Amino acid sequence: MNRRQFLRNAALAAAALPTLSFSSRLFAAPAGSPRLLFVFLRGGYDCNNLLVPYASGFYYEARPTLAIARPDPNDANSAIALDAHWGLNPALRDSIHPLWQKKQVAFVPFAGTDDLSRSHFETQDNIERGQPGQAGDYRSGFLARLSTVLTGVPAIAFTNNLPLSFQGSPRDVPNISLKGDPKARFDERQSAILAGMYRGTPLADAASDGLALRRSVSMDLQNLEEEMVRASRGAPSASSFATETRRIAALMRDRYRLGFVDVGGWDTHVNQGGAVGQLSSNLRNLGDGLAAYADALGEAWNDTVVVVVSEFGRTFRENGDRGTDHGHGTVHWVLGGRINGGRVAGEQVAVAQPSLLQDRDYPVLNNYRDVYAGLFGRLWGLGRDQLQTVFPQARPRDLQLA
Amino acid sequence: MRPSPSSVRRGRAVLFAAALVLAAGLVQATPGATLTREDVTWLRRAGFGIDSAVLARYQALGRARYLDELLAGGDDTLPPAIQATIDSYPAVSTPPAELLAQYRGRQRQLKAMPDGDAKLAAKKALQRDGRELVKQAQQAELLRAVYGGNPLKEQMVWFWLNHFSVYGAKGRVRLLAADYEERVIRPHALGRFRDLVMATLKSPAMLEYLDNDKNAAGKVNENYARELMELHTLGVDAGYTQQDVQQLALILTGAGIAPPAPDGRPDARRRPAGAVREGLFLFNPRRHDFSDKTLLGRRIRGSGHAEIEQAVDLLTRQPACARFVSRQLAEYFLADRPPPALVDAMARTFQQSDGDIARVLRTLLASPEFAATGTRKFADPMRFLAAAMRLSLDGRPVADAAPLANWMAQLGEPPFGRITPDGWPLDGASWSGSGQMARRFDVAAAIGSGRNRLFVADGAPRTPPALDSPLFRRTLAPWLSPATRAALAKAGTAQEWNTYLLASPDFNYL
Repeated sequence: MNRRQFLRNAALAAAALPTLSFSSRLFAAPAGSPRLLFVFLRGGYDCNNLLVPYASGFYYEARPTLAIARPDPNDANSAIALDAHWGLNPALRDSIHPLWQKKQVAFVPFAGTDDLSRSHFETQDNIERGQPGQAGDYRSGFLARLSTVLTGVPAIAFTNNLPLSFQGSPRDVPNISLKGDPKARFDERQSAILAGMYRGTPLADAASDGLALRRSVSMDLQNLEEEMVRASRGAPSASSFATETRRIAALMRDRYRLGFVDVGGWDTHVNQGGAVGQLSSNLRNLGDGLAAYADALGEAWNDTVVVVVSEFGRTFRENGDRGTDHGHGTVHWVLGGRINGGRVAGEQVAVAQPSLLQDRDYPVLNNYRDVYAGLFGRLWGLGRDQLQTVFPQARPRDLQLA
Repeated sequence: MRPSPSSVRRGRAVLFAAALVLAAGLVQATPGATLTREDVTWLRRAGFGIDSAVLARYQALGRARYLDELLAGGDDTLPPAIQATIDSYPAVSTPPAELLAQYRGRQRQLKAMPDGDAKLAAKKALQRDGRELVKQAQQAELLRAVYGGNPLKEQMVWFWLNHFSVYGAKGRVRLLAADYEERVIRPHALGRFRDLVMATLKSPAMLEYLDNDKNAAGKVNENYARELMELHTLGVDAGYTQQDVQQLALILTGAGIAPPAPDGRPDARRRPAGAVREGLFLFNPRRHDFSDKTLLGRRIRGSGHAEIEQAVDLLTRQPACARFVSRQLAEYFLADRPPPALVDAMARTFQQSDGDIARVLRTLLASPEFAATGTRKFADPMRFLAAAMRLSLDGRPVADAAPLANWMAQLGEPPFGRITPDGWPLDGASWSGSGQMARRFDVAAAIGSGRNRLFVADGAPRTPPALDSPLFRRTLAPWLSPATRAALAKAGTAQEWNTYLLASPDFNYL
């Protein structure tokens, strides 16, 4: 579906629901402003088998069964060299590596938070709140605060529930999961009746927007689905992240500028696998999804930035179950059509036993609040006070990513 | 609170009178009695919605005596089939000490197993069983909300579960969540606030969830101490300092969970002098910091377990605590911004009665504001679901409670599902975003269509419930807004009619 066709569909969808009062924000996204998608890998993915420190002998000592082999042109299961120190998991050969070659992806190792609990929920929460330490407001997320300091940047979460990142905004942030095909439960007539009951109440917009979003998304996706079936000469894979990101792209292209999605299944305590296995198939699914997102956005990829984070890294050494346990520092990804990519960015330290935190995991040298304050500052030209609203007490660090 | 002998007698006499009414077949409705809009408003707020039994009781006693009965706190009765369902949950029926011992045993076995598929399978089974226990705890709580004979008490159990929130998926909390609801919160739901704080402080669920089990002299963990002040008693702006948090953490050193004996029976080993053991709670003086402390300007001598009692007395007697708890109660029951004069009156009752929850509630529920139709509050998912189920089931026992828990998850408020210790938001605005409205309409349709699994186990057909009932006609129909009437008139089928009613602002605002 091209842009014109999309707009026509949107207009048709609007015309088909004459009794619904759309509030303006559903269809308001100014052209040309940057577009940000925040991808949260829940469970703490093993960054050491994504961005392989192949120059480190210690890596191979610490992971007798899990390590990914040093780059070797004759071995498809070996790491793909990115520079003299770092290699890429070969599961990403057809998805992320081409973007790397186009300088459309950067990695930030030793990234993460101050939170040392190594607890999934505490650390996810800490990241999503984006406030210093344990203090602050439990119900205020950094994306919600970002969306309030920005104007003309419509926000949406592609999740079943509004994630903490987007909670606490004075403006409504819609949410809708695109993992499955979100069929609208109510037809036009029923939607109009339901919305009609709330007309004139404070919830009039929320009720009609919620219904309208379901209906318009299901219409957009019907077209997209048909196109995908045609393109793949058969049904697209039902459960892949790529199916989901193509749907997300259909909404982010024209309507929304700030999005959030999460991906689970990274808590690989047992039988994690090496170049093949559990983690690598998850990474392949993720990489395919991100590449599909870039592809589906077309021209719009050029003003798009995608950030991929996870709550923590994992233990540098493998455990007794051929897996890894909860760690600290991780590797964040930054992607986009015009980003300053093709490099491993931020402060780094040689990967060796003495540089581990508590002889266990990666230290955090690039606090994500500082790094994203720097990135958001560049993307939207935000001033000091605005950045302090988004990330209180952060010291913005500009890694010149965008 | 223990009801006085006279209130027990009165309660029995009233029960007898109600039995006569029941026998005469007048439960559904007393056709002659007039029910005002204020009556219905009061009942919808005080109860978890309205069913015929609640309505009959209210009409038999009148508001004042019905309130007495609710506040007396008795009557946890459930329909026998529902009681049997709850009793069949191992999470409820197995003593927590036994659950902990079993869990520990299985963890040890797991550790001893050689790597391989068998170990992986055993690990997955352990995780699955843990999730199952949380699911049972959720279902027990939801069944009580929908069927409990004292709906005010049920609301208070839910309110306190949320005020003293624990996250079911953290560590051993999954084994202890049902115990927390049934045996920690429930007995004190209408009692003294101080006793409730002590009960949660000593509960294995809270000790595990907020890490006080790890809090020991020389290895201080402040997590629980901070939340005990910030979320449980004083509120964040009460003027205490980080120094107070640290001092309270020291006072709480040594309060933890007793290690389970292998057979699940209480450990008979000799304990050091000064140890205090109550159920699974253990105050271990060897882990306690015996220095003198200063909390909120008051000196507390290092003496062991007594310090904890003194600290909880001090916290719960602060004027800030009375105001904080009163404000939250009024916000939950009445309005996102409750009238300040009413909150002040409740706080005065709190202080005068030394934190008697029933008396504070009486100030709230007997106030003119509580029956007034002017203030409106958007129901959180729990109050919505309980009211929808009380209206549609009206006491009929479900065969499967899983849909209740699934709907709460869909609506974003699963019991024991709040990760952070602050509990689910109390304000209506947190539940009425566009995505949440769409969800609520979906759940209204799932209930209203009858296309759900509530009765599948019975083999009952999946037909729409008859919401257009005498109960509806007496309690909701007379005061529906014109917009909702117009919507109901446009319904083509019973399932559509049900959906519109449950989705309407009239139903979702209390």
